[in-house]
Amino acid sequence: MANINQIKKDYQQIVDKHSPKNKVVTNSIKAFFVGGLICTLGQLLINLYMYFGLSFYESTTLATDSLIFISFVVTAFNVYDNIGKVGGAGALVPITGFANSMVSAAMEYKKEGYIYGMGAKLFTIAGPVIVFGTIASVVIGIIYYFV
Amino acid sequence: MGHLGKQTIAYKTPPVITCAYSSVGPKEGQGPMGKYFDHICKDELLGEDSWEKAEARLIQTTIQGLLDRASKTPHDIQYIFAGDLENQVIASTFGVKDFNIPFFGLYGACSTMGESMCLASMAIAGGMADLVIAGTSSHNAAAEKQFRFPLEYAGQRTETQTWTTTASGFVTISRCGDGPKITAITPGKIVDLGVKDSFNMGAAMAPAAVDSILIHLEDTHQKPSDFDAIITGDLGNCGVDIAIDVAKRLGTDLSGVLMDCGKMMYDDEIQGTNSGGSGCGCIASIFTGYFYKQLMARKLKKILLVPTGALMSPGSTQQGNTIPGIAHAVCIEMK
Repeated sequence: MANINQIKKDYQQIVDKHSPKNKVVTNSIKAFFVGGLICTLGQLLINLYMYFGLSFYESTTLATDSLIFISFVVTAFNVYDNIGKVGGAGALVPITGFANSMVSAAMEYKKEGYIYGMGAKLFTIAGPVIVFGTIASVVIGIIYYFV
Repeated sequence: MGHLGKQTIAYKTPPVITCAYSSVGPKEGQGPMGKYFDHICKDELLGEDSWEKAEARLIQTTIQGLLDRASKTPHDIQYIFAGDLENQVIASTFGVKDFNIPFFGLYGACSTMGESMCLASMAIAGGMADLVIAGTSSHNAAAEKQFRFPLEYAGQRTETQTWTTTASGFVTISRCGDGPKITAITPGKIVDLGVKDSFNMGAAMAPAAVDSILIHLEDTHQKPSDFDAIITGDLGNCGVDIAIDVAKRLGTDLSGVLMDCGKMMYDDEIQGTNSGGSGCGCIASIFTGYFYKQLMARKLKKILLVPTGALMSPGSTQQGNTIPGIAHAVCIEMK
């Protein structure tokens, strides 16, 4: 009788043959423009704040805070995930993506309470970024010190 | 009742599916199968304040709809066989709780409709009960939260990914009465060909589906053309192609007779569901909403229902485990 395990060695090949590939080129182009748009918005904010008389340093800090705030609001109104569907990494890599990962977790786990739910799981997605970001900064800091 | 061949049971007095009821979420209601479902919920929360409670409400709504349609009260039902995708099958627990019916909580991932119908029909055919309920559900947001990411997280979906349906389907199975009969079942075994990609569940489940289908055909000495349709649960667009290819390599042509509820559920281009639908509720709602009615109208005479499940947990895939599949085949005939 037919034994399913006899195709095991060819199976990955069968899967690859029938599984549609992710559209890497179109996705990359979309990510480029979505990410670029978010960064342009950041630049616009910097220019705006400088126009109102803030220093460059103050303006960049405030622009970052503003982008985070905008991402909070847009996520809360169930829109940012749609930007992510189109923009992919273009929506995830900027600071707005980081904010989205925290707000979305907060929204999702709030139902399990503010301590064990939202508090504990707020960094479900953002956690690794902070951990490895911190480690990377320490490593680079040490290299910088000696070079 | 008799055991047949390797892993099939053929019923001498086949249990009857006397009634069926389906409930779905708004997205499923807007899809191409929308007009067949018995109840379409207005929103994904169903008036509750969490996804988990919403799924429990979905189950309760479906069972109540089923009881009303069958003109039965919970007292008439001896057992209920149900399960879902949530941890500790908690949606079924809360959905079934207030009916006060003895409850078997099942987990077969998305194959639960098959598992529940197999066990329910065995209870009836074995003379242990006269009237039981079997069914299952899934909820998109509850499943996303548990298995993937928070709902509003801006992740991008892969082309092979399927959309977990918000849907539920329940049936009453009786010793006697009118309706399509469960004439034979082939409970599936766990099949693992080494797929590790949790974004390609169709690939993980296709071998299990083919295995159960081929064993059912062999045990009952039938060929695919003896069925009006062989219906898998949620292989999705690419999963179906994989299943047909695998079956062909093993010497059986399933093209033309193999249908997949995941493929039928959505308009993938418009609804952005990529490879189709998935989840326990996918085949549960399409069987109870569409195929059951086709059988009752005698537009279909004989089908093989093959709900398919991917047996994994977020932890198991993160630890690098493969994703084993399972599929239970249920032969349903309308005389």
